[in-house]
Amino acid sequence: MGRKTLSAALLATTMLTVVGCSGGGTPNANETAVAPLNPNGVSGTITVLTNRTDLVQNGTMKKYAAQFNKTYPEVKVEFEAMTDYEGEVKIRMNTENYGDVLLIPASVAKGDYPKFFAPLGATPTMKETYRFTDKTDVDGRTYGIATFGTANGFVYNKALWKRAGITDWPTSPREFLDDLEAIKEKTGATPYYTNFKDGWPLSSPWTNSIGSVSCDSQASDKLSAVEKPWQKGSDLNVIDTLLHDIVHEKLSEKDPSTTNWEASKTLLAKGEIGSMLLGSWAITQLRDAAEKAGENPDDIGFMPFPHQSDGQFCATLVSDYQMAVNIHSDHKPAARAWIDWFTEKSGYSAQEGAVSALKSEAMPSTLEDYVDNDVKLVERSEAKTAEVNAIDNASEIGLSKQDYRQKLVDVARGAQDGSLQDYLDDLDRRWAEAARTAGS
Amino acid sequence: MTRTTTSTAAPPPAPAAAPDPGGRRTRRSATRPRTWRDHPLRRVTPWLFLLVPLALLVTFTYVPVGNMIYYSFTDWDGVSPDRDHVGADNYVQLFTRPELFRVFAVSLYYLAASVAQIAIALWFATVLSFDLRFRNLFKGILFFPYLINGVAIGFVFLYFFQDGGTLDSILSFLGLGGDHAWLGDPESANTSLAGVSVWRFTGLNFVLFLGAIQSVPGELYEAAQLDGATRWQQFRHIIAPSIRPVLSLSVILAISGSLSVFEIPYIMTGGATGTSTFVIQTVKLAFQFNKTGLASACAVVLLLIILLITWIQRRLVPDEKVDLV
Repeated sequence: MGRKTLSAALLATTMLTVVGCSGGGTPNANETAVAPLNPNGVSGTITVLTNRTDLVQNGTMKKYAAQFNKTYPEVKVEFEAMTDYEGEVKIRMNTENYGDVLLIPASVAKGDYPKFFAPLGATPTMKETYRFTDKTDVDGRTYGIATFGTANGFVYNKALWKRAGITDWPTSPREFLDDLEAIKEKTGATPYYTNFKDGWPLSSPWTNSIGSVSCDSQASDKLSAVEKPWQKGSDLNVIDTLLHDIVHEKLSEKDPSTTNWEASKTLLAKGEIGSMLLGSWAITQLRDAAEKAGENPDDIGFMPFPHQSDGQFCATLVSDYQMAVNIHSDHKPAARAWIDWFTEKSGYSAQEGAVSALKSEAMPSTLEDYVDNDVKLVERSEAKTAEVNAIDNASEIGLSKQDYRQKLVDVARGAQDGSLQDYLDDLDRRWAEAARTAGS
Repeated sequence: MTRTTTSTAAPPPAPAAAPDPGGRRTRRSATRPRTWRDHPLRRVTPWLFLLVPLALLVTFTYVPVGNMIYYSFTDWDGVSPDRDHVGADNYVQLFTRPELFRVFAVSLYYLAASVAQIAIALWFATVLSFDLRFRNLFKGILFFPYLINGVAIGFVFLYFFQDGGTLDSILSFLGLGGDHAWLGDPESANTSLAGVSVWRFTGLNFVLFLGAIQSVPGELYEAAQLDGATRWQQFRHIIAPSIRPVLSLSVILAISGSLSVFEIPYIMTGGATGTSTFVIQTVKLAFQFNKTGLASACAVVLLLIILLITWIQRRLVPDEKVDLV
């Protein structure tokens, strides 16, 4: 059979490949997904994709759907929860079947939003009602509404810090390190926990702090134009130097390579860990952990990044996942009705202790400490996120990925060669190089 | 079978993939030479049987590979509906960035480990091929790790190597210290991970070797024993030659395996602390930095490297027909 069959197989393969590659026409792109005026007029089954497997499993989401059905009796809401949300949805987005309502995956380039999602409204009007609209604004139209926003800062165990004799928030990185040192000496607890193995606690909380240092809402956008993001005094320099110093001065856990996020919550609640840099969304989870461990949930405190501008603490306020409507959805009004109801009526963000996407809502109780101590919340602009991400991906640094900070931690504890300055210089060099190529 | 039919295809034109070898065909074509042409269905029949497996093979193997090769010539980011052809750009980039190949150094740990693994498997296979008490129990114990899912193994050993975990407890119980961050620095982390891989795959090699050894007819051992051959001589002159093909297969598997290690380091360290391998790096390029084009090129290059090494290995150690009797 040899040659003839082989060529036939190759031909078939090629044809199938070509067929596999084409396919999928452009959908009717421009119609805005508007919520219906008459709730009884919409019907259909909508599928909502979510990353909250926990809320789907314990029935919380079902309860929301039942509430929703009181207003919209004809709409049936189904949930699909995914543990590896990013990975799975990214692949499904190559088809038309990615739910009716979904959370916009981080890997989708902003410029591609109009190809995947139905617009939700003109940005100028959306801006009046919602926070974080600039994150999904493409050419004057908004494609997503945030599930909630989080403020950034250190979760810490108040009781433990008090035992170490610290009552005031540290105002500079040096002071913060001294406090950690005091905790280590006086209480024997692990002053800081990196969660190195799980990785994400090294990526998003630290990168989200860009802006907390300079108190600048444009801090993230400016990365698209700056030549050396890690130069002295810059946000990234201060942030990464602090992480380096924490690890270098042995103020973090002994063996970072086998950390465990779930366990770390209990350890912090019990006062065996002093602090972790996270978002305010984590406060409710840690309070739960404290309750389960038989500790006082009020001991879980939240402090801003140890840096002051003009005598004032700043903390960035950033959007979590944004909900969007699939452009291929057959039930766009129902999908939009769900998003609006979920944002306005469900009480989801309050339940999570997070900042609502609605401008009219007050700050949640978890941020009481911030409000009382006059921490300035900086709602960080995401207008140039597309450009920043393009450079970031081209440079393969990964500001929102764990790898480069894992290496930073390795350098800090001497597991890999190099010094902090060399490493930051190298990052600067790679960034500058990528900025040149990605711009063209 | 297929080869003989192509080479002798000239005289009777029809039998492209005749199911029967030589004898019967000549007899039939002698008596009724035209039947093959009269019944085109008979020519098609073998292909009808092959239709389903071939369709599966093409759909799930060749089309994805074809797609991957196609992606490697584009700048696709993995999500966007648009992609541009960039020619050999990805390959040029790949070969002008030496740091992308540096991760192959990590494979050396696994290569060294697989040498140990083959030796251990061979030793156990030889020992257990003789009549031994609890033989089947030992066979089971050795093969068992291979049956466990790689992800589960990753988690089990994560606790095993944890600071103050199983390994540390055992060591301190034996008074050997036991305060070592096993996954803490590149050298110890890679050694530990390679050790896990040995633990996992020894069973597979062991079973392959054992099968080969047991396929040696028993009379040979008897005859050897009658001639007064020692166990070592039996191994040297009966077992070793008879398992050569399997041994060379194991070597190929070991080399390609060490070049494409993925599961265990990805689950246990995620490629941190200098444990990143070529495949982990490829996955990160594709799914973290959205460079699906470049990552596809990496995958194609890895495939070519493995094919090349296999080819060289086959040239160096040709597969001779072993005839013991």
